[in-house]
Amino acid sequence: MNTNYDTIIIGGGPAGLTAGIYLSRSRVKTLILNEGTVGGQMILTHEIANYSGVESVSGYQLANIMKKQAISFGCEIQSNISIKNINFEGDEKCVMLEDGEKFTSKSIIIATGGRSRTLGVKGEDNFKGRGISYCATCDGDFFTDKEIVVVGGGNSAIEEAVSLTKYASKVTIVHQFDHFQAFDHAVLEAKRNPKINFMMESTITAFNGSENLESVTIKDLKTNETQEFKTDGVFVFIGYIPNTDFLKDKIELNKWGEIVVSPDMETDVKGVYAAGDAIAKRFRQVTAAVGDGTIAAMAVSNYIHDLKTKQTA
Amino acid sequence: MLYTNLKHIESAEEHAKILSENENVMVICGRMGPMCIPVYGIAEELEKKYPHVKFYDMEFDHPEAHVIRELPEVRGFMGIPFTIYYKNGKVVKATSSIQTKSQITTILDEHFATK
Repeated sequence: MNTNYDTIIIGGGPAGLTAGIYLSRSRVKTLILNEGTVGGQMILTHEIANYSGVESVSGYQLANIMKKQAISFGCEIQSNISIKNINFEGDEKCVMLEDGEKFTSKSIIIATGGRSRTLGVKGEDNFKGRGISYCATCDGDFFTDKEIVVVGGGNSAIEEAVSLTKYASKVTIVHQFDHFQAFDHAVLEAKRNPKINFMMESTITAFNGSENLESVTIKDLKTNETQEFKTDGVFVFIGYIPNTDFLKDKIELNKWGEIVVSPDMETDVKGVYAAGDAIAKRFRQVTAAVGDGTIAAMAVSNYIHDLKTKQTA
Repeated sequence: MLYTNLKHIESAEEHAKILSENENVMVICGRMGPMCIPVYGIAEELEKKYPHVKFYDMEFDHPEAHVIRELPEVRGFMGIPFTIYYKNGKVVKATSSIQTKSQITTILDEHFATK
């Protein structure tokens, strides 16, 4: 099996797959390493209706087409892997997997995307699927005629809270600030809904129950007082965080953990590029990730060409 | 409809037949949602590595999926997918909501180990 590549792309979402398509088609020997299922967050989107040239497609289908395209050009893909260590130093980069496999390359593209933020408080892992959910459309109907809590204050939280009133008898929105980050029209719709109550400047500090979730401990951030709040379920929508934890002290990240890149998607380390939702940028869309992946691939292609020219000179 | 690359179970009768004919069976009962798709993807990956296990999916909202939804082992489950592991037709493990590859392989290795 090959272990040496021109480029290793870490992450198989739209940015990584697009970079894989471009590079493989340019005969750049490319490997995509992906920690989860190929497709990234795109596969979680039920319908993509704003991808130019495609009237309507599910994220899952689009991801599979991109994957097929990349493989057809010779791109190798390994998914559901775990990375143990990365070495960016020098002209030869190295990625070591948990199972002991080691890959080297002349360049790297980081396209690791982001993931849903969790609260990270006591009991959260125990009650996942037994009262705690991160997806209203998946699990909303399990809470028909039940009283639930929605955590968060952005568009996702407010819109999903309204949507959950189709099922739940009562929805309490718990938010850490005294105002919402969601659009005004979304907040207005929630405030007009008789099933929705609000607990502002509050946060959940523990999930409690035996087999299933029975209550949450809520702390009032103004007074620091806590109360046990009975609930049948909690939906958590508190935003996304970039998957860059493993890059700390290896490349430049901003204060939100996003990768700082040049317009050509170069990081501050020579030969290391980044693309997609993990980079510092304002808008996160599939189309934008595809654009990032294209730019990164073309920049990497030039970088490898220059490197090879230098080595043969 | 589940548009995965797994084999689909479309009726209770088919479900019963699969359990009667196979020693080790994993059935993921879900929708095309964010908690389910990663589990289908992991199962697709593991099909080659675990040839002694049959991997299937079943649409959660299909009326015939009552064979999964009404199992005593899933009582209290409030997150899809419901993933059921059968050994000789009997449920040996059931999980609710998204699972990681290592959580799934731990179950497969524990309950479906080859001699």
